Amino acid sequence: MRISGMLLAAALGVTSSLMSLGAHAEDKVLKIGQLGVMSGPSASWGLVSRYSAEALAGMINDEGGLSIGDDKYKIEIVSVDDKLDIRAAIAGIERLAYQDKVKYVIGPNVDDPSVAILPVLEAAGVFNISYGFTKELFMEPNKNTALGMIATYQTAPVVYKWLADNKGVKTVSFVSWNGVGGKANLDSGLDAAKKVGLEVLSSDAVYELGTTDFFPVMGGVVKANPDLIVLSGVSPAEAPLLIRAARELGYQGLMSTETAQDAKVLEEVAGSLANGFISLGGASSPELQSEYMAKFRDRYVQVAGEWNDEAGTKVYALYMLLKTIEAAGPKAVDDIEAFKASLPQFETANPFIKDQSVKLRWVGNSWFGQPRQISVPMVINEYRDGGFQTLFVTSVE
Amino acid sequence: MTQALINGLVLGANYALMALGLTLIFALMGVLNFAHGQLYVLGGFVTYYVFTVMGLPFVVAVLASIVVLAIVGFLFDALFFRRVQQRSAREESSMLLAAGLALLLESLILLGFGEKQRGVALSVSGVYQIFDAYVPASRVVVFVVAMLAVVLFILFMRHTKPGRVLRAIAQDRDVTALQGVNIALYSGVGFAIGSALAGLAGSLLVTIFAVNSGMGTAISIKAFIMVMLGGAGIVSGAIVGAFVLGMVEALGYAFLPGSVTYLVIFVGLILFLVIRPNGIMGKPWG
Repeated sequence: MRISGMLLAAALGVTSSLMSLGAHAEDKVLKIGQLGVMSGPSASWGLVSRYSAEALAGMINDEGGLSIGDDKYKIEIVSVDDKLDIRAAIAGIERLAYQDKVKYVIGPNVDDPSVAILPVLEAAGVFNISYGFTKELFMEPNKNTALGMIATYQTAPVVYKWLADNKGVKTVSFVSWNGVGGKANLDSGLDAAKKVGLEVLSSDAVYELGTTDFFPVMGGVVKANPDLIVLSGVSPAEAPLLIRAARELGYQGLMSTETAQDAKVLEEVAGSLANGFISLGGASSPELQSEYMAKFRDRYVQVAGEWNDEAGTKVYALYMLLKTIEAAGPKAVDDIEAFKASLPQFETANPFIKDQSVKLRWVGNSWFGQPRQISVPMVINEYRDGGFQTLFVTSVE
Repeated sequence: MTQALINGLVLGANYALMALGLTLIFALMGVLNFAHGQLYVLGGFVTYYVFTVMGLPFVVAVLASIVVLAIVGFLFDALFFRRVQQRSAREESSMLLAAGLALLLESLILLGFGEKQRGVALSVSGVYQIFDAYVPASRVVVFVVAMLAVVLFILFMRHTKPGRVLRAIAQDRDVTALQGVNIALYSGVGFAIGSALAGLAGSLLVTIFAVNSGMGTAISIKAFIMVMLGGAGIVSGAIVGAFVLGMVEALGYAFLPGSVTYLVIFVGLILFLVIRPNGIMGKPWG
C-alpha cells in the first residue's frame, strides 16, 4: 500500500513536472514596458501609446505570438504612469527594469522624463523608444534610446518650406507651452523658420500647461497678423482651443503644428474653424492605410473604446521592437546588445501603409550619428470637415 | 488694451462660477475641497454626454449636470466628509480626504469618459467687434448666463430660508444648532449646492474651454487663488477674487511675456497675503 502510494505520488510528480514543462514551452512571454503620462491634462499622450501597444500586442498574440528562434512568445504590455514627472518616471523605469525584468520600454512621451531615466537604462541594460525630441538622447554616449517618431526639428523645415513654396508664407509667429519640452520645440521651430527664410514676427506667446482660456495668449499673436501661426509642440487637448481662439479673434491665415492630432477632438472643440490646420499624421488616413492598418484601427477601438488619429504614429514603436528582436534572434530577448548590433542592417516591410516600396528601418545616422530612430513615414496632413487629408508624404532622411 | 480688458471681464465671470461653490463649501464645512476642479470636470462631461452623445437639448444637458453634481456633492458629504469630521477634529483629516477624493474622481472620470478632450459646439455663432476688440457670441451667452447664475445664487442666499440657514451655519455652527436647525441636513444641502455650482460652471464652460479628465487640479488651483484673494468663505469675496484674477491674467498675457504671467500672479498673491491674510473682503462670512 505504501509502495503503491509512493508510486502514485511519483507518477503524479512526474506528470505534473511534464505538464509544467509543456505549459512553460507554450506560454513563453515577452514583456514590453510602456512608460508615459497617463493621468493629468496630458494623459492622452501616454494612453494612446499604451492602447496602441496593447492593440498591436493583441493582434500578434491572436495570430499565435511572435516567433523568435524556435519559440513562440506571447506579448505582454506592462504599463506605468510617469505623471509627466521625472521622479515618477525614474521610479517607473526602475520598477519595469528590476521588478518586471523588462528589457524593452516604449515611452516616455516628453523630454524631461526621457533624460531622467537614462542612468537606469544604462545600469539595467534596457532599450528605450522615447517620444522626447532632445537630440542628445539619441547620440553617443547614449546608446540605449531611440526616437519613436519624427522630431520637430525634422518636421518643421519640411513643412515651412512646403508652405513657403505652395502657400506663399513669408511671415510666422510661434505659440508654445511653458516647459523644457515646449522651449525645445520652439527653438527648433525658430531655427527651421530662419533656415527657410521666414520672418519671425513673434515667439514670446507662452502658456502654462492646463490653460483653459487662450484668448489672452492669442491676442498679441493675432495682432501681428503673420501668414502662419505655429502651435509649437502642442498637445491634442490644447490645439483646438488655440485654433478657436485665433479664429474668433479674427485671424484668417494659416496654422500648423509639428505634432500629431486627433480629427474628432478638432471637430468637437473647434469645428469648421479648424479647417486648413496642418499637422503631422500617421498611417491612418484612408488614402494611405493598408488592410493591416484597418485591422489595427478596429483592434484599437476594442481596446480604447474609440479611435484616436495619434495612434497612427504610435503603432510603429512596438512593431519595430518586436520585428527587430525576431530578426536578432533568441539572444536579443534578454540582451539588448544583440538587439543593438542588429539595428544598422535591419529592414522590414511597412505593413501599415499601402505602398509596399516604403520600408521600415532604424535611421538617424545623419541626425544623431547612429541609427537610433524609427523610419516612421513623415505624413503631413490637413484637417478638413471632420477628417484629415494627406498633403504629402516624405521621410526624415 | 480694449481686447485685454474684455478678455479679463469675460474670464472673471467664468472664474466666478468656478470659485463660488468652493467658497460656499469652505464657509459651511471648513473644508478645503481639493476635489472642486474634478467636480467642475464631471459637470462638463455630463453636459457633453447628454448633449453630444444622447442628442438632447443643451438646456437639458445643463440641468442634468446640475442635478448629477448636486447628488454627488450630497453623497460626498453624507458618506465621507460628515463622518470624518465627526471622528476627527483635525482640519487636515478632511483636507486629506478631499485630496484623496480628487484623485478618485479623476480616475473614475478617466475610466468613464476616456482620455480625449471633449467639447460642445453651441449653435451660437458670430463674433462681435467692440472698438478694436473681438468677442465671440458664444462667450457673450456664457457670460450672461454665468452672471445670471451668480445673481440668482446671491438672491437665494440672502432671501430664502435655506439660504439664511446656510449663512447662519457659516457664521456660527454651534449657535445655529441650538436654534433647532438640522445641521447635518443643511451641510449636505450646502455641499450639494456648492458641487452643483461647480457642475454648472463645467457645463457652461465646456462650450468654450472644452474639458478633459486631467484638468481638474489646474481648475482647483485657480479657484483657490480666487478664494484666497477675495477672502475664504465669503461669497462676494470669491466674485471679487475671480474678476481680479481674470483681469490680472488677461493684462499679464497682453503686456508681459507669457511665461512670466503666472509667476507674477503667484508672487503677487504671496505678497498680498502677507499684508492682508484674510483677503480683500477681510472678514469671515457676514
